[in-house]
Amino acid sequence: MDITSPLVEMRDISIAFGGIKAVDAVSVDLHPGEVVGLLGHNGAGKSTLIKILSGAYRADSGEIRVNGEPVSIGSPRDAKRHGIETIYQTLALADNVDAAANIFLGRELLTPWRTLDDSTMEAETRKVMGRLNPHFRRFKEPVKALSGGQRQSVAIARAIYFNARVLIMDEPTAALGPAETRQVAELILELKRQGIGIFLISHDLHDVFDLADRVSVMKNGRVVGTARTGDVTQDEVLGMIISGKCPAGAVPGPGALRG
Amino acid sequence: MTEAPAPATPAQGGEGLGDKGLSGKSLADHLREIEFDPRMIGMVAALAVIWLGFDGLSGGAFLTPRNLWNLLVQSASISVMACGMVLVIVTRNIDLSVGSMLGFVSMVVGLIQVRLLPELWGFEHPATWIVSLVAAVALGGVIGLLQGALIAWLAIPSFIVTLGGLLVWRGAAWWVTQGQTIAPMDSRFRPLGGGIEGAIGTSASWAIGWAICATIAVGSVVARRRRRRFGFSLRPLWADVAIAALGCGAVVATVMVANAYALPAGIARRLTEARGQVWPEGGLVIGHGLAVPVLLALAVGVAITFLATRLRFGRYVFAIGGNPEAAQLSGVNTRKVVMLVYGLMGALVGISACIATARLNAATNSAGALDELYVIAAAVIGGTSLAGGVGTIAGAMLGALVMQSLQSGMVLIGVDTPLQNIVVGLVLVIAVWLDGLYRKRLG
Repeated sequence: MDITSPLVEMRDISIAFGGIKAVDAVSVDLHPGEVVGLLGHNGAGKSTLIKILSGAYRADSGEIRVNGEPVSIGSPRDAKRHGIETIYQTLALADNVDAAANIFLGRELLTPWRTLDDSTMEAETRKVMGRLNPHFRRFKEPVKALSGGQRQSVAIARAIYFNARVLIMDEPTAALGPAETRQVAELILELKRQGIGIFLISHDLHDVFDLADRVSVMKNGRVVGTARTGDVTQDEVLGMIISGKCPAGAVPGPGALRG
Repeated sequence: MTEAPAPATPAQGGEGLGDKGLSGKSLADHLREIEFDPRMIGMVAALAVIWLGFDGLSGGAFLTPRNLWNLLVQSASISVMACGMVLVIVTRNIDLSVGSMLGFVSMVVGLIQVRLLPELWGFEHPATWIVSLVAAVALGGVIGLLQGALIAWLAIPSFIVTLGGLLVWRGAAWWVTQGQTIAPMDSRFRPLGGGIEGAIGTSASWAIGWAICATIAVGSVVARRRRRRFGFSLRPLWADVAIAALGCGAVVATVMVANAYALPAGIARRLTEARGQVWPEGGLVIGHGLAVPVLLALAVGVAITFLATRLRFGRYVFAIGGNPEAAQLSGVNTRKVVMLVYGLMGALVGISACIATARLNAATNSAGALDELYVIAAAVIGGTSLAGGVGTIAGAMLGALVMQSLQSGMVLIGVDTPLQNIVVGLVLVIAVWLDGLYRKRLG
């Protein structure tokens, strides 16, 4: 997979908030059909990094390339135009409107008279939700009334409906029970088969290890190292997360503990 | 919920959190099934209680065509502004400046049509009224956009910006003429405020009434066909028919009431003779018909409802209210939307300023004092949540009618002004409390 040019490449990305470098010269990449786990403690800079990719923040410095081309991502709209979709940890759903309104938020389907085409949006929602969560029935209710798993499906549907090429999943299973976690894992494998690149952000090692092809570990805003999951053990990755020590099987980053 | 209920699968797509269990359906569930907001029924019931109560207390003086006609005219100005206030509050903001803005816009409108335009093209020019109306809407809109820009782009809390506006525009209203009242208004402008010249007559009222009924009927047929074409669940036929019939019934009743309010005999006679007809011996009863400000308020209500529910802009307004961050992350330009909402609010204040000025037949710098509170109260009583994200235009307009009914009713039975304010204040607090209880129970 290393032969093809990366789907997404983030090079030397830095961002500071009030003098504190939340993300410091971070480089990560992602190939088609690949799952890359971004690991690290809370506050390690994972979420900030992916918010730069999804357009919520603008990096102070660094470069983002999509299919080898440098791109400028200044807003969530820009990111979506490049096929980068995000499922946020908070899900980022408008609780007071229904599933269809959330899935199409910002990209509503319109009738020829420029009014909302609610029927078509509902029909499309039924289709995509039928794939993700066949039991889902509550199309007319505000998503506030849905269960955690159902809300999660709506957030996922929103990300995959528009033919994403890159999917960012921030703690996708944090709020889910075991059965739903398994569903999400299956979905990730299915999307991987379709050639979608996935950034999987989590602080739960076990979650990520089974699904990811590679992991990048962050600590204090920097990359400790990147490794193929076959080349390192879970304990070694745990060591990277906790102490910043880069094992032999990993490529050390600027954040690796020296000596 | 609109699908066939599936009690056999309590874990709908997951752990079934929020599922209401397997027990029998409540009335609220049935209402939801036919997609009818139960809160609306509560509002109509409250209105019925108020009307019947005052009718009893006043010895039958409340439920007369004359009083009801006036009631509708009096609530027009607040209703129009309440439509905009719903959108403002839905975006988790507030506008405390609408009363003062109304005063300022009124003064400018007065100045334009009594001092500026007459100098240009003389008194009673046929275009004066429309120029005044357009100027009012434009001025209100610009003021609204200005306040909206401060709120959206400079991130100053809307409470503060519009509290400042409350003082600024009231002061500005005085400044226009150094406090002088401007009167009288143009004769083509005055119908905007109601009164005899602002009643459109009985036949025109029927024409409009039947047109609305036809629209309701066609609309529900089209909506039903559309749902069937997409294979969505339909609400029961009886429910569709009942809702359409209810709507048409309300329209017909309103027209009948408005037409039953007879013009004073002298005016009726003048009108008859002006038409070249003979005034019969025993006199002739000519009804008022619907009033222009009421029709204007209805038109605004329909337009804003369309905007709120059928256009992308409205979808964004509600999404911002539900979760501003989510809206932003979905690529919605939340700042622009908030600014435009305030612009719209201002434009509606412009319309209300015309209604109020025309009704009074004078522009005074105290016009609209305390209106902000009535407008906010109307929206909140009408089910708009101050936490944002929830509210309907129809509810707010009903809310305005409830407020106005209380007020007129108390005037009618001779309650002193201070006591009126106390009652209105208490009702507002109790209404919001009840609504909160209801919401909690519904989950």
